[in-house]
Order: sequence, then structure tokens, then C-alpha cells
Amino acid sequence: MTPPVLEVKDLRVHFLLDEGVVRAVDGVSFDVHPGHVVGIVGESGCGKTVTMKAVLQIVEPPGRVVGGQILFRKDSAPPVDLTRLSPRGAAMRAIRGAEIALIPQEPMAAFSPVHTVGDQIIEALRLHERQWRPTGPRLSRHEAREMTVDLFRSVGISMPDQRVDAYSWQLSGGLRQRAMIAMALSCKPRLLIADEPTTAIDVTTQAQILNLLRDLQRRHGTAIVFITHDLGVIAQMARYVVVMYLGRVMEQGSVADIFHAPKHPYTRALLKSIPGLHVTPRTLLPTIAGSIPHPLGRPRGCPFHPRCPDAIPGVCTERVPALRPVGPEQLASCFLYHQEEAAER
Amino acid sequence: MTRYVLKRLALLPVLLFLFSVTVFAIVQAPPGDFLTTYVATLASSGSSISAEQIEALRREYGLDQPIWVQYIRWMQNLLTGNLGLSLEYQRPNAELIGERLVLTVVLALFAFAITWIVAIPAGIYSAMHPRSALDYLLTILNYIGVATPNFMLALVLMWGAFAYFGLSVTGLFSPDYVEAPWSAARVVDLLKHVWLPAVVLGVAGTARLTRVLRANLLDELNKPYVTTARAKGLPEWRLVLRYPARLALNPLVSTIGWYLPLLFSGSLIVATVMNLPNIGPLLLRALINQDMYLAGSILLIYCFLTILGTLISDILLAWLDPRIRLDEG
Amino acid sequence: MTARPPVVAPETAEDRLSVASNWRLVWWRFRKHHLALLSALVLLALYGVVLFPDFVSTQDPEATDARLAFIPVQRLHLFDGARLGPWVPAVAGKRNPTTLRMEWGVDGSRKTPVRFFVTGYPYRLLGIVPAHLHLLGTAAPDGRERLYLLGTDRLGRDQWSRLVHGTRTSMTIGLIAVTFSVVLGVMLGGISGYFGGVADVVIQRLIELLQSLPTIPIWLALTAALPRDWSPQQVFFAITVILSLVGWTTLGREVRGRFLALREEDFVLAAELAGASRRRIIVRHMVPTFLSHIIATSTLAIPAMIISETSLSFLGLGIRPPAISWGVLLQEAQNIQTVALAPWLLIPGLVVILSVLAFNLVGDGLRDAADPYSQ
Repeated sequence: MTPPVLEVKDLRVHFLLDEGVVRAVDGVSFDVHPGHVVGIVGESGCGKTVTMKAVLQIVEPPGRVVGGQILFRKDSAPPVDLTRLSPRGAAMRAIRGAEIALIPQEPMAAFSPVHTVGDQIIEALRLHERQWRPTGPRLSRHEAREMTVDLFRSVGISMPDQRVDAYSWQLSGGLRQRAMIAMALSCKPRLLIADEPTTAIDVTTQAQILNLLRDLQRRHGTAIVFITHDLGVIAQMARYVVVMYLGRVMEQGSVADIFHAPKHPYTRALLKSIPGLHVTPRTLLPTIAGSIPHPLGRPRGCPFHPRCPDAIPGVCTERVPALRPVGPEQLASCFLYHQEEAAER
Repeated sequence: MTRYVLKRLALLPVLLFLFSVTVFAIVQAPPGDFLTTYVATLASSGSSISAEQIEALRREYGLDQPIWVQYIRWMQNLLTGNLGLSLEYQRPNAELIGERLVLTVVLALFAFAITWIVAIPAGIYSAMHPRSALDYLLTILNYIGVATPNFMLALVLMWGAFAYFGLSVTGLFSPDYVEAPWSAARVVDLLKHVWLPAVVLGVAGTARLTRVLRANLLDELNKPYVTTARAKGLPEWRLVLRYPARLALNPLVSTIGWYLPLLFSGSLIVATVMNLPNIGPLLLRALINQDMYLAGSILLIYCFLTILGTLISDILLAWLDPRIRLDEG
Repeated sequence: MTARPPVVAPETAEDRLSVASNWRLVWWRFRKHHLALLSALVLLALYGVVLFPDFVSTQDPEATDARLAFIPVQRLHLFDGARLGPWVPAVAGKRNPTTLRMEWGVDGSRKTPVRFFVTGYPYRLLGIVPAHLHLLGTAAPDGRERLYLLGTDRLGRDQWSRLVHGTRTSMTIGLIAVTFSVVLGVMLGGISGYFGGVADVVIQRLIELLQSLPTIPIWLALTAALPRDWSPQQVFFAITVILSLVGWTTLGREVRGRFLALREEDFVLAAELAGASRRRIIVRHMVPTFLSHIIATSTLAIPAMIISETSLSFLGLGIRPPAISWGVLLQEAQNIQTVALAPWLLIPGLVVILSVLAFNLVGDGLRDAADPYSQ
């Protein structure tokens, strides 16, 4: 088994606010193997975006990575711990954009409105030129433009040579998203982070974008981390799923395991709440009881216990469960499956 | 965009016409005319003038004609480039205004340049390091700068220079160069003197601009396109300057439209205090003495400069922001 | 038939937040800006002086005495030895041995105790009630014990009292001029935005015309046009009108923009469909959405008015002596030799800066508190 391209180990990201410390990411671990799609799923505010921002080391102050490791492996070189690199230093900046690329949320606002989309992509190409083209003459203006046109074509943008000179607000939502994908792929990154890429577009375009991503991934062998709250998208795209809640991983496993044999009560509740085609009509839709606690009012013990139908009093209310294996590829952090741990005093 | 500019240029003569009527009406509004004040001045200094002489002068200057006739005569002269005669100085207005107009514009442009050269780095630094010690200092300076009337600043600086250094910081030239013809040396002398009045004139504007830029940039720094740019691996300084700073500056460009005219007209007060050869003090005297052609001409020049400033700012804004430029289409 | 749900008294802070009126919310948020709150107190104090200028003055501001010219600031000391007893160095006369003339100055060796609530020169409280009481003074104000907290000018007039009276004029002009501007701006902007059509076009052109005028020269020309023989009150009124004539345009434009946008809003449509009269829609539905913004903008407009009036009066074309305003007081400081001799004449300028600063801070605080989308 090829070594993973990204290994997140016990990552902690805290936000130091005037009112208190918000533990946005509180001990998250998962691996991403080359060529695989890993889906991170969870409700708003569970810390999935912050986790990936930490990978890119672009967490905004007052947020800081306070613990854990993020190991990034390029080819057969020894892994680099990204948390040890200075966020603004040249080493991290070389990785950002060229090795690990981001497709941000909100394609609407993710492009600068006063520069053409082509210019912004050419900027990325020029910035990392020495990484995707270590030797040879420098990129000329003409060549850069040609490359951008090709990129646009490969992501399915029609009339690419005209679109290169367009401004982002002149493009439709789907085209903008494709342009964003083109920019992310421009320097042939090893790992692509897609942050809710389909949330802001309509369903038909969503299907097209997902097909495009799958196609590109097959062609280039890029690993993708797919962040979303849409379980349907996860089911389509991901090979491995990580379920997060309040900054911790509740369960992770292959997509088959998670969808057909969920172990954690939270995962179960999430899957139950998807309206299906075959339910009895005129019954209440199942929901998860309670609401997400205020970030400053984290419950003691397991973060999910106030809403958990299977909480063990005295155990789940006092101690935090660790992420332990519950199957060949599956891990969950729940005392229900780790009796020895629950019995520990 | 050309259509937009042409439309604005076409409006210019209409505006100036309207302004000329307004200006003339205001100048003529005080009761009496130049001669009334002239006679009063003579009387207070002890000499007098006979009634026939007054009548003769009145006919000579055309002050006995009805207002609209005087107006038409003034407009006719203006359109042929004749700014009229100053009743007080008994010299052509164009001669009196001439050099002072150039110096007024030079002073305003210097103040403008100083404003932007100081405010942009200060605003960007403040937004990138909010709540740092320097940011607090700059904020305090900004608040005080906006609150200080520029003549007050001029007074304090002049007093300080005089009381502690024995210097007299008035005027725009050293005594040797005041009446001298233009030469390279005179320009250098001007540069040595103009920076202090320019600073005084520009302080309030600089303070205001820094504050607005800081606020705008702070807003922009939170926007998604900044995250994208950072995720691309751009170095921080280049990122800030190329993207959010550029966008934060756009609304500031529209402030040129009223800032530049404000500098032209605001220099009036500073020039009076610091005794600068500016059209402002000339206007003041002309208004007090009801030297109507001089006053009217200078007011009209101010109007023209104001409209010009607005036009420049609109053109700049359209050029900088493709959203405006391409929408007009 | 469903019963009315019981009214529950708001218990938690979250509950109180959800039932608080808009003004309460604004006040709560304003309270958090400590600097703005402090500035508001400063302004209240200044306006207190506006209401009772004679009470705060120590001398008749018009009283001249050439012998007492250019007396410097008498430094106020709070402690007399070990006791708490405010005093100032006495003003004493000395005969100049060469010219044999009496010269008055500050004599550091003698102390004049400062008393509170003393009897001083007569005045009319609020212009109606005759009174003698003053906040500060000495035991014998007409005699040998004099109090010149901020020195005197070239005519021997007490600067403290003149400053107090000047404050009244300058602060009132700013307030009244902005009120006129707001009324004009909201009215014309509202008509323009709500009714549109010909009225809109005409008012728009008017606004553009007025905004293209160079403000200071036009103000200068207008104030120069005021007849020399008008009474101070008439001049005061005229200056206020002149200042507000050009000042309403910015607010007018904003109000117009708001009305234009609000006309399309769903809640206005809902009100129309519910049968509300046009006046009711405007007054109860549309205006409250931007009222707090108008208040904040107006507060921020007052400093500009104050500085304009001060500048105009300083040049001699605004408020004219014998009326007193900050600008009139600063006119005494126009001559650099005079200022070098008596730097305390610049103190009114500091008060200008202080009041403008206070207005700006309060205005900023109000604007942040009134904006429902800011933090």
C-alpha cells in the first residue's frame, strides 16, 4: 500500500477570542492516499473547513494550530510536517498552490472582480513555474495564455480563448466554478481540497461539476479531500469518509462501511435524517434532537452526548472517547464499542 | 466610456453658464457697489471726493447701468478672454490673477500628493496590523487631524516657528524671489517653501483618507478572494497590494472628486493666514471691496476647478473599475 | 379556537435581546463603546455651558479695561498649604518706575482664594430670570481680587468668560445648521426618491449643481453679501441658513437612494397590500429603517459646520464682534507677534478641536451601534 500523501495526526486548532478559547479542531486524525477521494462531512461549524485551512496553514488569527502534526508526502521524499513550517515562509508558499491546491467555497466571491480570470490563473502558473517546470526557459506571456486556454478546455469551458479575458462576474455560476477548478489544477497539485464546491450551484450544474472532478481525478491521479455537508454528494464521490462533530472525528471508514454499517450514533442519526423515497407518507421526518452547542459551551466528556440517544450516563458525560477501530477499515470514537475503555476508571 | 466622458464635457459650458449667473448675483447682492466702499475708505482716511467725480467714475466703470447690462458686458468680455479690470487695483484682472492661479493649483496638487503618499501606506499598515501599537498611534493622530481646523494648525506652526526659532514661515518665496521672473532657482525656492503650507492644507484630508482606507481594507481582507489568493501561495505583501488594497482604493478614487476641489477652495483660508500669493486672499479683498469683476472672475475660476476635479475623479473611477467601465458599454 | 399564548416575562439575556426595541438595542451597543460614551458626556457638559453661560462665566465678557490687557493665565492651585482650598496668584498693579504708569500683572506672592457659587455681575438666567449667582469667583470681584482663569486679551477682556459665551454661539450654530440640513435633506431626498418622476429629475439636478459649487468661496461670497448693519442675531440666523443651504445635498442624496431601494422592498409591498396609507407607509415603515443612520450621519456632520463657522468668523466674514464665537476669539490670534506675546489666546482653538473630536467619536459610536450588521 502506497504511503499516504497526507497524514493528519491529532490536529488541534484553537481560536483565542476575548470571550474565551474556541476549540474549533480538537484532535482530528485521518489519512489521504494518493488518487483517493476522502470526504469530510459534518454540520456547519463542526470544524471541517478549519481543518483544511490548517493543512494549508492559512488559518486566520485569532486562530492558531496548537498541536498535532500534518505530514505531507511528495513522491518518495520523506514527509514534511506542515505545522513546523512558517505559514508565510517560502517553503509553505511553495507547497500552497503547487502541491496542495484549494477550490474555495463561494466561487461567486472567490475571484477578484477587477482582474480577468485568465490573469489570475497565469499568476498561479508564474508563481510556481519552477516547480512544475524545473528547467527550461521562463514562461512567456503567450505561452502562459495558451496554457490557460488549454486548462479551460480541459475543464469543459466552452469558447476558452474568449473566456480567458473575461471577468468573474461575467461568467455564470457553473463556468466560474470550472474556472476555479482550472486554477486549482493549473500547477498539477498532488492534493486537491474542494471546500463545498457544489453548495452554491444548482443541481444540474452540480452533477456536471462532480463528473468533471471525478474525471480529472482519474486522469491525473490527484488525491481529493471533499468537504461538504451533503451526504448524497459524499456517497457519489468519496471512497473514504470522515464524519466530524464539534471539532472531533466521530467516525471514519470506507464509504460502504459508513453508509451501510454506521457504528457511531451520530452517523446513524445523520443517515436516518435523509428523506428517502420509500418512507411511509405523513410521518414526521426524523431529526437529531437538540441543537449544536455554542462553541464556548462545549459539553463535558463526549461532545455528542447531550443529543445522543445511547449515551451512557457517568461515562459519556465525563470522559472523551478516543478514536478506535471498530472494523477492518473503520474507526469510531464511542464508548459503546470500547467496553474496556468504558470500564476504565 | 468615451460616451460617458463626452456627455460630461458637453455639460461643462451649461454648468459654467448657470454658475456665472449665480456668482454674479451673489457678488452684486450687497447693497451699494464698489464706489460706496471706496468713498467710505476715503472718508475714513480723511480725504473726500466730490459728487461729480463719483458720478463720473460710476459712468466710467459702467456701474450706473442696470444689473443685467453689467452681466452681459461681463460675459462678453469673458468669452473673449478679457477678465475685466480690477476697480481697486486699476489693473487687468488677468494680470492680478495670473501667477496666483498657478501657485494655487501647485499648492493644491502638492497637498494632494502628500495626502496620498502618506495615507496609503499608513492605511494599509493599519489594516494589516490592527490593534498594534502603531495602529493605535495612527488612529489617535487621525482623530486629532480630522478635528483640527487647518488655519489653527497654521497658526500653531507659525507661532512655534516664530517663538522658538525666530523664523517667519509666511509666503511661498524668499524675499529675493518674490518678484523675480521664473527660473530653475525660483522653482527650487518654491519647493523649499511650499511643503509646509501643503502639509497644513492636507492634514485633515490625510487623516480622513487613512481612516477610510483602513476601514475599507479591513472589510476586504475578510473576503473569499483573499483566501483564494493566499491558498495559491502568494507572498503576503504582494497579495495585499494586488487584491484587497486595489479594491479598497476604488471607492477612495471617487473621493478625489470632492477632495481636489476642496483643496483648491480650502487653500483660501490657509493662504490668508500664511500670507501666500494665492487667489484666495485676492478674492477675500475683492469681496470686501465689492470689486465685482475681480470677485466674479475668481469665483468662476473656482467653479471651473471644482467641476474639473469631479470630472477627473469620475474618469479615473471608470478606468480603474472594470465593472463600471464595461457596464456602460 | 386557539387560546392566546401566555406572555412570558423575558428571563435570560437572550430573551431580553429578542424583545428589546430598536432604540434599546442601539443604546446597549452604544454603551459598549467607552470612548464614545465619554465623548457624549463631554458634549453634554459643553451643552450645559450653552444653556447657562453666565453662570459659568466669572466676568462680564464685554467688559473692557485697557490696563488689564494681556494678563496671562492664572494657574489654578488646588491646595493651600495642606488644606484643600483652590487659589490663584493675585492680579496686582505695580507702578512702573520709569513711566510712572500702573502696570497690571500676576503677583506670585499674593494669593486670591477661589470661591464657588459667588455673587458676581448680574445677568438673566435663560434670558428671563434676573440672577447674580456664578459658579466660580472671588470674594471681591469688582475690587482687588480678580479671577482670570484663561488670561485676558488686548482689551483686557476675560478670556474664560468670552470662551464660555463663544461656546454657546458656536455649538448652537452647528446644531441648528445641521437640523436645517437634515430637514431639507430628508424632505427633498424623500420626495425625490419616493415620488420619482419630474420632481426627482429636478431635485437631482439641483443637488448636482449645488455639489459642484466650491463651498468655501461661495460661503465667503454669501457672508460678504450680508449687510454690515444687521444685528448679531440676524447675522447668526443668516450664517446658519447659508451653512445649511449647501450641506443638505449629501444627506438628500443618501435619503433619495434609500427611498429608491426601499420602494422595491417586500415589506413595503406588504404594507400597501394591507391597505396602509401612503403617509403611514413612509413614516412608520420606511423611515425607521434608516432613521438611526440619519442621526449618526447628522452627528458626524456637525463638526464640519463648526469648523466652517469658525473659519468664516476667523476671516471676519462670519459672526461679527461684538457677538462672540470661537472664530471671533481666534481672530485675536491672527497676528503672530500678538500670539507670541499672549499664547493663551490660542486656547479657543483647543476647545474647537475637543468639541469636534467629541462629536466625531460620538457619531462613530452611534453609527456602529445603529448598523444592524456590524459586530
